[in-house]
Amino acid sequence: MAKKPQLAVDTRPWRDPKAKPFVRIRNVTKKFGDVTAVNDVSLDIYKSELFCLLGGSGSGKSTLLRMLAGFEQPTSGTIEIDGQDMTHVEPYNRPVNMMFQSYALFPHMNVEQNIAYGLKRDHMPKAEIAARVAELLALVKLQDYGKRKPHQLSGGQRQRVALARALAKRPKLLLLDEPLGALDKKLREETQFELVKIQESLGVTFIVVTHDQEEAMTLATRIGVMNQGEIAMIGEPTDIYEFPNSKFVANFIGSANMVEGVVTEDEPDHVRIRSAELGCDIYVGHGVDCAPDQILWWAIRPEKMHVSRDKPEGQFGANVTKGMVEDIAYLGDMSLYQVALDSGKRVRVSQTNSIRGNPDAITWDEVVYVSWADNAGSVLTV
Amino acid sequence: MRRGWFLPIAAALGFSFLYAPIISLVIFSFNESKLVTVWSGFSTKWYGELFSDPQLLGAAWLSLQIAALSASIALVLGTLAAVALVRFRRFKGRTLFSGMVSAPLVMPDVITGLALLLLFVAMESTLGWPRGRGMLTIVIAHATFCTAYVCVVVQSRLSDFDRSLEEAAMDLGASPLRTFFDITLPIIAPALVSGWLLGFTLSLDDLVIASFVSGPGSSTLPMVIFSKVKLGVSPDVNALATIIIGIVALGVLAATILQLRSRPKKARA
Repeated sequence: MAKKPQLAVDTRPWRDPKAKPFVRIRNVTKKFGDVTAVNDVSLDIYKSELFCLLGGSGSGKSTLLRMLAGFEQPTSGTIEIDGQDMTHVEPYNRPVNMMFQSYALFPHMNVEQNIAYGLKRDHMPKAEIAARVAELLALVKLQDYGKRKPHQLSGGQRQRVALARALAKRPKLLLLDEPLGALDKKLREETQFELVKIQESLGVTFIVVTHDQEEAMTLATRIGVMNQGEIAMIGEPTDIYEFPNSKFVANFIGSANMVEGVVTEDEPDHVRIRSAELGCDIYVGHGVDCAPDQILWWAIRPEKMHVSRDKPEGQFGANVTKGMVEDIAYLGDMSLYQVALDSGKRVRVSQTNSIRGNPDAITWDEVVYVSWADNAGSVLTV
Repeated sequence: MRRGWFLPIAAALGFSFLYAPIISLVIFSFNESKLVTVWSGFSTKWYGELFSDPQLLGAAWLSLQIAALSASIALVLGTLAAVALVRFRRFKGRTLFSGMVSAPLVMPDVITGLALLLLFVAMESTLGWPRGRGMLTIVIAHATFCTAYVCVVVQSRLSDFDRSLEEAAMDLGASPLRTFFDITLPIIAPALVSGWLLGFTLSLDDLVIASFVSGPGSSTLPMVIFSKVKLGVSPDVNALATIIIGIVALGVLAATILQLRSRPKKARA
């Protein structure tokens, strides 16, 4: 869902060094008293992108969004939207609209009046407003709800009214603060796809703030992972998940087994890392920017490892270790094994349950071998 | 679980303690007899008598004017104070100010009245204003303590006001002033109305403060009633009291309904 080369105008403009960014955030810092909420963030976002700012609470993602909307002024740095400096422009003069986390629907106005509010501020003729409101209600599939007050709507309907209201003025840029945060799981999944569909059909640039990594992965063309006011990593969902650039990103996105190790061989085509925690060597089948005897970290996703009763071949006398199954979490589609290695380190390995009710499945207290391919993990130096 | 008999009886006793005097007053306002305590048949003649007493009617009209004026002044001042206290999150002496705003709520009326009287006298001798004491001084006095009530009512409404509503309006292109009139005012309107009604009834009720700051020829209704009762209770005072109870009850009822209505989300959740 994240990438649809056949639909987007220019699929991945961020890969083209000559492409002109649509939103340009340069060295933006925001301080509240002594607290630095956003620290020297620079970020380029391109037209028609669906960019997700992902981070935990207090990571500065919402503050950054509020600066884009104009509710907060950066302490230093500039924000450019569509080539114009917007750093100190009032929120009501920006070509930007926002969908609020609480939806912020005006309780004393009905659905139609809510959607029409922005259009009325632009002094649009009445007939045009009515037509536009009808069009938006159709877009969010709420044609029969125009006369209802917000409190007469369900959570999902309110969310759609908020979206319609934010889209009404055809903003160049739409900011969404936790757009699906208040919906229950089932509804959230449905709405995610709908949101992407609307974004793609309108071609509006979306910037979405979320703390939910699954949501970010599903929605985004690119994700900016934020940590303590700084951007930890920017990349496409697959980059972020498969090639994290730091321990923080590896741990924050999905789950990862992380071990410490020492470089014993450093060749252009491979690296060997000795890890006491794993109780074996790690053979990495590509060159890494490191030095012999350097201490570094190696992270691997649970699904990139394999458990078996028989000892597998292993590669170059590495990438196989032994342990005992300590715990199994059966999740239906897959099972998550917690394996205690000889060193006492616990690793988590997931295995797809491809055989129905497998009677011969690996069970508690069994001694198993854990193995992985030479390109399955990420070597991390920070 | 079976309900015991204790609670209903306690409640009945409590309520009769509160309302028996009022009910007897209402009943005796329809008494035929001139003797207040002897029932001799139903009649509305004291109401007729009341409406032909120019002194009482004049005082009632004065009281209504004072109540409306002071409630309106208090509404503006109290709302401004509430906005300042709620919106400007941290400023020096915020706690002190919010404490000071609610202090008049617990101040004994005698002290408020005396303090205001001294102030008015001092102001007249130094500034020459307000000249003498009368309706104007009563209005000012009532406005001061009503402001405190309005402020408390509006403050509670503003503090659970979702700021993102105002931000949403500005985001959609409304200037701050426009936002205030389009969004803030309609949403806090119920609190404003109930604040005004509260001020109105409080001002209408007040005897003590008004006695301190009124002058010759500006006796409010409670003052006139009080002075009449000193010479013996006459049945037309009962009739008047019944009417006032009716007005006050309606005002309080309206204020309560508006307060409840202003929180539809909570009530429905």
